[in-house]
Amino acid sequence: MNNAMIRLEAIGRDFRVGEETVHALRDVDVRIDTGEYLSIMGPSGSGKSTLLHILGLLDRPTAGRYWLDGEETSALGEEQQARLRQRKIGFVFQFFHLVPRLSAAENVELPLVLAGVEPAERSARVARALEGLGLSDRASHRPEQLSGGQRQRVAIARATVIEPALILADEPTGNLDRASGHEVIRILEELNAKGLTLIVVTHDPEFGGRARRRLHMLDGRLAEDSGGS
Amino acid sequence: MIAEDVLRYSFRALLGYRRRTYLMLLAMAIGVAAVVMLTSLGEGARLYVTNQFSSLGTHLLIVLPGRNETAGGAPPGLGETPRDLTLQDALALTRSTAVRRIAPIAVGAAPVSWRQRSREVSILGSTPELYPIRHLDMAHGQFLPPGDPERGAPYAVLGAKLRHELFGNHQALGEWVRIGDSRFRVVGILAEQGQSLGMDMGDVAIIPVASAQSLFNTNSLFRILVQAKSREDIPRAKRAVESILQERHEGERDVTVITQDAVLATFDRILRALTMTVAGIAAVSLAVAGILIMNVMLVAVSQRTAEIGLLKALGAPQRQVAVLFLAEAAALSLLGGLLGLLIGLAGNALIAQLFPSFPIEAPLWSVAAALGVALITGLVFGVMPARRAARLDPVESLSRR
Repeated sequence: MNNAMIRLEAIGRDFRVGEETVHALRDVDVRIDTGEYLSIMGPSGSGKSTLLHILGLLDRPTAGRYWLDGEETSALGEEQQARLRQRKIGFVFQFFHLVPRLSAAENVELPLVLAGVEPAERSARVARALEGLGLSDRASHRPEQLSGGQRQRVAIARATVIEPALILADEPTGNLDRASGHEVIRILEELNAKGLTLIVVTHDPEFGGRARRRLHMLDGRLAEDSGGS
Repeated sequence: MIAEDVLRYSFRALLGYRRRTYLMLLAMAIGVAAVVMLTSLGEGARLYVTNQFSSLGTHLLIVLPGRNETAGGAPPGLGETPRDLTLQDALALTRSTAVRRIAPIAVGAAPVSWRQRSREVSILGSTPELYPIRHLDMAHGQFLPPGDPERGAPYAVLGAKLRHELFGNHQALGEWVRIGDSRFRVVGILAEQGQSLGMDMGDVAIIPVASAQSLFNTNSLFRILVQAKSREDIPRAKRAVESILQERHEGERDVTVITQDAVLATFDRILRALTMTVAGIAAVSLAVAGILIMNVMLVAVSQRTAEIGLLKALGAPQRQVAVLFLAEAAALSLLGGLLGLLIGLAGNALIAQLFPSFPIEAPLWSVAAALGVALITGLVFGVMPARRAARLDPVESLSRR
């Protein structure tokens, strides 16, 4: 119980679409420990993305409570949630979301810039992050000059440069060819091996199956949990 | 986030959308340049008029016989006839410590002739003090020589145009001319000064006041020009002149004292108001530029939805996102403002080249105001787009490609 990275208790998320209320998530209870490697799978509209957004503090649940690293998040204000997101969570997106006008290095630097880290320290950390992902020779390239796999590696460098405890990846291989996809999976698993908690939302059964723990979502409910508490 | 980084981020964003940025800079620059140039023109007009006035003389009070103000004085029909101003009245004014010098003026028209040529011109009777009071300049010779103002003397100073018409290419200095029935020796020629408020100083002959009075067979004066010791002494001099003349006129206040500063102040006010009006009209173009900036920033927000979502995912709170977009609008308007300032100053320089006699210069307040208004416009019109950016739902913004 002490080292629970994430604890969800009766999480629900309703959307109003016109007159109807859509229950994207109903009554989800999950506990995820530090260092776990977990995949969330399920058909479209099953609520897996919504769950990931709530875990990433990008969305607020309409019911239930969420502890992140021992901290109850539903009580936090917008600014405190942003700070928590900044310190603890790294995101990897299907469409990379690199800023097109910035170079690879500048994209990786962005979280440090937003956090107000001094420029001297920033460049050292950016260089280290790029080197760790084999991108040192691509530092000054702009996203349009990079291949898909390289772009996603830049995005991973950006997600890890702030040294978060949790990586949330939303279909990280969904926009890549198989070879690049495998490369990205390998990198994410290496990060997990170093102790980072890794949560991946994916359609890809092969990738999803590699996770030590697999959650299956169906109609906003947790239909299957391969392990854990 | 460090302020320097906010700026760098904004500038990178501006450079990322060059054409849009250049167009916006142009719009803002035109607005600021219009404000700077139009206020410079207005201010130049004001300076021009002020200079015209001060060429008349500084700290000047003009004493006229008769009371021209509507307030006070006897009602009409009670038989008050204004007493004439006399030379003794004028000389008495030097008693006041607020008065530096005085020049009585008697005016009439008489033919001035030399050999066979004759011209009917204004004859100005005065004293040597007229020279410093009216800021006159000599082309040749000297002004009236000092002497007892109550005694006539056969000296005359001619205006440049009169000299030319009478003497042509002949030497005028030292010649005797006939004015009316008396003979006067030409001691000096005025430099050409052009028109100065109604009296053409080129077409005039100046003789000692006592001579003029005997020429026109009168004891009265047309005006008395009084120069106060300093600008601060003007009100005191005015009161002194009024009380001295009231005393000499058996308690009747039957003179009018006009201060040149009052006239000047009126012109000054009118032209300042005009400048402000023109500046206001020009400011409309600044407002238009502001609305354009708002439009462009709104477009930028919708173009960069994904980027905003990303910033939020990377831990930027709403406030920070708003600051980034506000900084971008401010940078856009401030750069445009600086560009406009350069264009405006260049325009001023061009006008100064074309019309060297017109004193054009951008007043400091208008430069500061134009830049300030540009910046404020950018910020005010940047607020709405910035708030829109700040309030974007990160989930929705990230779900788009």
